[in-house]
Amino acid sequence: MIPDRFRLRNYRQKVTYLAAGILIAAVTLYLALPIVALFLRMTPGLFFATLNNPDVVSALWLSLFTTCITLTIVVLVGTPFAYFHSRYSYPGKMIVDTLIDLPLVLPPAVAGVALLVLWGRVGILGMYLNMYGITIAFTTLAVIMAQIFVASPFYLRQAKSLFEQLDPAYEQTARTLGASSLRILTRVTVPMTAGGLISGAVMTFGRALGEFGATIMFAGNLPGVTQTMPLAVYVGMEGTNINVGLTISILLVIISFGIMIAVRLIQRQEAKHA
Amino acid sequence: MLEAVIVKKLRDYTLDLELSVKAGEVTVLMGVNGSGKSTTLNIIAGLLIPDTASITLNNECLFKSTDNIDIPAEDRRIGYVLQNSAVFPHMSVRDNIAFGLRARHLPRQVIAERVAYWTEHMHIADLIGVKAGNLSGGQKQRVALARALAIEPALLMLDEPFTGLDADSTKVVKDLVREFVKKLQIPCITVTHRVVDSADIGDFACVLCQGKKEWEGHSGEIPELCSVCHCT
Repeated sequence: MIPDRFRLRNYRQKVTYLAAGILIAAVTLYLALPIVALFLRMTPGLFFATLNNPDVVSALWLSLFTTCITLTIVVLVGTPFAYFHSRYSYPGKMIVDTLIDLPLVLPPAVAGVALLVLWGRVGILGMYLNMYGITIAFTTLAVIMAQIFVASPFYLRQAKSLFEQLDPAYEQTARTLGASSLRILTRVTVPMTAGGLISGAVMTFGRALGEFGATIMFAGNLPGVTQTMPLAVYVGMEGTNINVGLTISILLVIISFGIMIAVRLIQRQEAKHA
Repeated sequence: MLEAVIVKKLRDYTLDLELSVKAGEVTVLMGVNGSGKSTTLNIIAGLLIPDTASITLNNECLFKSTDNIDIPAEDRRIGYVLQNSAVFPHMSVRDNIAFGLRARHLPRQVIAERVAYWTEHMHIADLIGVKAGNLSGGQKQRVALARALAIEPALLMLDEPFTGLDADSTKVVKDLVREFVKKLQIPCITVTHRVVDSADIGDFACVLCQGKKEWEGHSGEIPELCSVCHCT
């Protein structure tokens, strides 16, 4: 009689468990260690003291202000856009689909250059605006425009796919009951997809908050005007004040973590109601 | 009374149908999957545009291709219960029934009275504050029926209303449909697969096959389906 622990099946099972354990631990550590290192690099006292630094405060408020404006514009324009885009066929729809996805794969610096070439003082459209004394590049507006360009696909893709997946029977029933298109959108379609839309909005907020490449190219790095949190991290880590860089990095990690937890909670809530 | 002559080219065949339903009567549309039953209902409701058609309801023209008349779905006053009832799961039973009344901007008092009336008559008064997503299949079907009837429709249409319901719920829904179609004296079209449902609920039956009428007559006299419909 062979003892249980020497049987081939048990052996294979143990090896599988061991391999799975090592793999999970390795991936987790790879992702977690840099974050842990960031927190270990600073004492809580120094962190809270640096929070009052004018550069940190200014970058924090500018980032929150621009990101909130970006999110508002993306949701207000993106929701009806995604609705009409998913409901109607029109020539060039496939090209629009591709354009929605493009910023996701385009390097953000390239997006910034593209915006600059269009809206800059000597840009294709910017030169005409400049004639009327309107400047967009290197202003807070440019920060918002860069964030919208880079972050909006997160919301648009999500909204589009949610509207496409919604059973048309709900909207058709609403129509036969006498509801207008606006009432159907606001009372049926949006509420029935609200959980997914909020997840998309939260992801857009997170992406806009972390935007760097397009912003530095199109809006520059002017403290209080265009220097958002990621830009302030870059300036701080370049040597002017490393504590500012570390403090803002920790703040961004905390906000990003909060965003991911919010998305998870919304998804769980959605699953419960499904 | 509903009178409809509908022609629409579909992918595999042409739907070519003449239909007449009197007030207070239930006509059952039968046929295999893809025979054109739901398409017919969608065209009458105004959710699909036919190639050519003439649809009149109580002498009011809803669609006439020759005169370019096409009343939008939201103005046709047709109570339409689509497949799987399509109750709005995020709304309470009250809000579901009130949906069509609010869309028509009726006074609050009237809405409250009608909601109370229909919840009572559909035996769902105790569920009035419950979210519709949490209801059983039979309860959802009754909410959908109440919602469709609350707008005081000139025509009631039900697409596979008994799918997924147990025997008791099926009987309740059938009784309620018959009761209110007679009481309100409105024409009713019901789509179903099953001969037994047709006999229970219908006054007349019409069997469709590949978009054409294969048989019509009293629903109690419907022959064995396969001998009528040559699709199989």
